[in-house]
Amino acid sequence: MIAEKNVDLTEKDVKGIAHLARIGLEEAALAPLAKDLSNVLTLVEQLEAANTDGVEPLAHPGHSSLRLRDDTVSEENQRETLQSPAPDTRDGYFLVPRVIE
Amino acid sequence: MSWETVIGLEIHAQLATRSKIFSGSSTAFGAEQNTQANAVDLGLPGVLPVVNKDVVRMAVRFALATDAAITERSQFARKNYFYPDLPKGYQISQMALPIVGEGVVRIVMPDGTEKNIGLTRAHLEEDAGKSVHDMFEGSTAIDLNRAGTPLLEIVSEPDMRCAQEAVAYAKHIHSLVRYIDICDGNMQEGSFRCDANVSIRPKGQSEFGTRAEIKNLNSFRFLERAIEFEVERQMDVLESGQEVVQETRLYDADKDETRSMRSKEEANDYRYFPDPDLPPLLVEPSFIESIRQEMPELPTVRRERFVTEFELKPDDAAALTADRTTADYFEAVIAGQAFAPKLASNWILGELFARMNKESLELTDAPVNAERMAGLLNRVHDQTISGKIGKQVFDEMWSSSDSADDIIDKKGLKQITDTGAIEALVDKVIEDNPSQLAEYRAGKEKLLSFFVGAVMKASRGKANPAQLNAMLRDKLKP
Repeated sequence: MIAEKNVDLTEKDVKGIAHLARIGLEEAALAPLAKDLSNVLTLVEQLEAANTDGVEPLAHPGHSSLRLRDDTVSEENQRETLQSPAPDTRDGYFLVPRVIE
Repeated sequence: MSWETVIGLEIHAQLATRSKIFSGSSTAFGAEQNTQANAVDLGLPGVLPVVNKDVVRMAVRFALATDAAITERSQFARKNYFYPDLPKGYQISQMALPIVGEGVVRIVMPDGTEKNIGLTRAHLEEDAGKSVHDMFEGSTAIDLNRAGTPLLEIVSEPDMRCAQEAVAYAKHIHSLVRYIDICDGNMQEGSFRCDANVSIRPKGQSEFGTRAEIKNLNSFRFLERAIEFEVERQMDVLESGQEVVQETRLYDADKDETRSMRSKEEANDYRYFPDPDLPPLLVEPSFIESIRQEMPELPTVRRERFVTEFELKPDDAAALTADRTTADYFEAVIAGQAFAPKLASNWILGELFARMNKESLELTDAPVNAERMAGLLNRVHDQTISGKIGKQVFDEMWSSSDSADDIIDKKGLKQITDTGAIEALVDKVIEDNPSQLAEYRAGKEKLLSFFVGAVMKASRGKANPAQLNAMLRDKLKP
């Protein structure tokens, strides 16, 4: 959704990004945010200048690899503790505002 | 216009581990809500996922079973979306570097024709929790027991051309994952779920049409019906001059239709990126080799061996190797025995399966184990009892723990093979039925079965049928 060369984000782009992140924005905030985000992208754009011919894509810095654990059940039921900070629970369920009509 | 259907399947197989993919919570099915969801599963701040080694082992088993490439350094990625049963706001999955690359499976259609179906990839991911919308007024209830359950998502190439091929492929994968012990295949409990990508195109056209993704296919029958409905729907759309919309559709089994799931037209944008909590997953060649050593014989190989080694018919061999328990049972029955494997095959696929179906039993719960079955078949083979009496003995074995020999002794079911004894019975029956004898001799030869039945009855089923037949034919001759 973000063009690689053109880093001038429109207000519509910003709206889209905000929606995906579920962030509510005032209309007035869109224009300054579009400018700020475009500046960030322009900064990152400088990486494009580096020659990456023959360089493997890197997903993770460093040379570490995953540590694996054995398949054993090590956790006990802590429902009461874990649900204590939840805004609303009933019969052992977490409750949220209804998500379908 | 003539249309061609194009189908690809995405299958989610729940991996049969004890604990979750990134945490030590239990994966047992049916626990009380939220009693198997810990801080990692809930996505609480400060927690770190640690990968379950058996999940990796199982993905490698799948790769070896499908001749697939194994990615030496695969990577977990975050798939970002918001839904209440996904507490982190992202699902940990794999995107650019899945653990299993391209592979292939060979499916067999019900008519015996075979076809290769390409596998695009298979990747590891965590399941989400469960939302219940109709339990409490105005609220959605969330159970996170399932959150973090390990899944292997198996993605096929769009290689299937009709609903029946899609079903044959899904059944093949279903059988395979159980064979290699990585998934219990329980579709009711959601351990094996299918999504179908369906499109149609004019016959002869090489580009694909626009596809719809159908979700919620939790049985092979629904898979077939949903695809057939969807193909009809797309034909109607295209033939009326409209265009198929790329969208997700839900199959409704009650109405037997698919319907659009998206209320908004915006495309999903999951903004995948490598999960910074999880460095690359390294699969060493030595690890792969150790798994190769412990792989069981695969169903396709075993089916072919049953045909060549035991001289079974291909469809019988296919039925016996459809799941590993049956194939193991069959091989345990015939091991070291004198009777023909064909006899065991007939009894297992016939009498045993019929009885299991009638009582809705799994083979592991059937009261007649392989050893007792072999005991029975030995007596049929050496003609101590006829096949017919064998069924009676089988029934007795089903409801007791007695061996076939004990039952035959106790009930006096030993077949009469003594020529003199049979001759006496034959003579008596002929003497008692003079009019039938006259008709037979006058050319009504089908009366032979009347005499056979009468002698059999007189012997209470115990006369050796072959001997009896031969003797009757001889004595009835004019």
